[in-house]
Amino acid sequence: MAALPKWIKGIGHTFFTVLITMVGLLFVTFVIGRVMPIDPVLSIVGESASRATYDAAYRELGLDKPLIIQFLLFLKDMVHGDFGESLLTARPVFQDLLRVFPATLELATMGTIFGVLLGVPLGVIAAVRRGRWADHVARVVALIGYSMPVFWIGLIGLLVFYGKLGWIGGPGRLDIFYVDTVPHVTGMILVDSLLAGDMDVFQNAISHIILPAGLLAYYSLAYISRMTRSFMLEQLDQEYITTARVKGLSESAVIWRHAFGNVKVPLITVIALSYAALLEGSVLTETIFAWPGIGSYITNALLSADMNAVLGGTVVVGLVFVCLNIFSDLLYQFFDPRAQ
Amino acid sequence: MNSSASAPAKTPGWRQWLTTDAPASRRQARLSAWYRSWLAFRSNPMAMFGLVILLLLVSTALLAPVLAPHDPFAQNLSTRLSAPGANGYLLGSDTLGRDILSRLIYGSRITLYIVSLVALMAPIVGLFVGTAAGYLGGWVDIVLMRITDIFLAFPRLVLALAFVSALGAGIENAVLAIVLTAWPPYARIARAETLTIRNADFIHAIRLQGAGALRVITRHIWPLCISSLVIRVTLDMAGIILTAAGLGFLGLGAQPPSPEWGAMISAGRKFILDHWWVATMPGLAIFIVSLAFNLLGDGLRDVLDPKKSAR
Repeated sequence: MAALPKWIKGIGHTFFTVLITMVGLLFVTFVIGRVMPIDPVLSIVGESASRATYDAAYRELGLDKPLIIQFLLFLKDMVHGDFGESLLTARPVFQDLLRVFPATLELATMGTIFGVLLGVPLGVIAAVRRGRWADHVARVVALIGYSMPVFWIGLIGLLVFYGKLGWIGGPGRLDIFYVDTVPHVTGMILVDSLLAGDMDVFQNAISHIILPAGLLAYYSLAYISRMTRSFMLEQLDQEYITTARVKGLSESAVIWRHAFGNVKVPLITVIALSYAALLEGSVLTETIFAWPGIGSYITNALLSADMNAVLGGTVVVGLVFVCLNIFSDLLYQFFDPRAQ
Repeated sequence: MNSSASAPAKTPGWRQWLTTDAPASRRQARLSAWYRSWLAFRSNPMAMFGLVILLLLVSTALLAPVLAPHDPFAQNLSTRLSAPGANGYLLGSDTLGRDILSRLIYGSRITLYIVSLVALMAPIVGLFVGTAAGYLGGWVDIVLMRITDIFLAFPRLVLALAFVSALGAGIENAVLAIVLTAWPPYARIARAETLTIRNADFIHAIRLQGAGALRVITRHIWPLCISSLVIRVTLDMAGIILTAAGLGFLGLGAQPPSPEWGAMISAGRKFILDHWWVATMPGLAIFIVSLAFNLLGDGLRDVLDPKKSAR
């Protein structure tokens, strides 16, 4: 029998790596759950419970078993999507996460779209006009993005655009009288309101999302433009560019078709990474804008010591992170003929 | 040697001694290498700007009791929420009537404390893991690098949040949480460096002389990994400040009444619409300091690692 085709091996290898990483992720989360100073039994039975009740609950939770068995049980629950019940909402954590995740997705997606639309051209221009003022502008933009605390600039943005100028909607996803007026389909209000054909809700949702999404877009713009610039510089230095120019191609064809054509592939990875970073960075942004997404869910759970919710949220964000990384790897292999 | 009277005449000689082509001793060669790096660094105005700000920050932290016009903890409810400039508060006062400027000055100590602890601990953990994986190879390498990948797979802030929530809020735990999330990139760098050095002739020579793995790693591989780690740390410092401030903002870092900048923003958040300065001033402080670290890091990278600089 001939050896397995390379791509099957590649997928097998990726699968194995992902599996190990995910189990590791769950293990770290499990350990964090174990070193918690909060007694999980006490939080269920209450402080005045009798010794017998306490012991029964202790066994019920499987805490009398060896750690490795406990971990396997934990693994089993996680695979079944059973993250336990949230103390705060008194509902299964899994359902809560399903409810809040679309809000985060909506925010991060809007941020990434604007970040890419502005960041890529900015990076290309900075590379082409290297050392000129456009390059300096791009550099300053990126530096400020790397140095600004997102929770602070979010507050200032709310102060100026909402408090003083009144141009945008305040915290939250919608004004209170629009809440729950469109049917819940995807959970992303922009999409749902379009599906329902309700332009009032759509406009209101835009006025609420524009500042937080704009902020996230700025952070991804800072990163994407820097990376685009250095990828482009690498290409523009090469001899095939000179050849293309010698052949008499227009400057825009040289830059956009030849140089940028080769930059597209590594850029996919960068964009996927920045998307993942936005999903994570949403923890602080959501807190500021009272955005009911996974970030503010985790934070609220933290502050009320709701450990099931914290661990569930951490696992989900971690899994999304891993999936995005794999996805970018696969895209890379798909688009880059050398990687096949 | 010479008294200070002849100092001006001595300066050119001193510079010549440092820039000579033919150093007479190892110490002179090393000092002159440092001096040349310094000259290259000095020609970068942005990096110098960053350095000056950081030196100011360090002196502010050291001289806090002298510089602060008020007691950072002294409350004065009759002058609470004074606007900047009013009632003798240069940057205004907060909700308990404490002077914001004095709190910022004392807060610089906390910022420096967190940054220096993380910047010391995270690279050291990474150095241990990375060099061991790179030098020993085989199973050790596979296991250690898998662990590194797992930690890399976690979103940093969320992992730090989970750690702090497990360990309990406070500065030391925040530092620990940031270290636990920050070490993997250093391990990767140290491993990559080790792999390139590992099969060098001088390592073989040392091993033939009977040096064990521990000695090779600690005496011969570590020193060669330091410079790339230092660059990376400087570039990461701004990120460390922002993460620490973020934890403080969420109420998981330094606890009140400590004048930590992130916590100060959080305290001013409720009054942002009517009393903008309470949250704005500490944010500006964080912004300026992390900007300075970014500028310094860019400059250092250009000097120490011209190959990888952004040109």
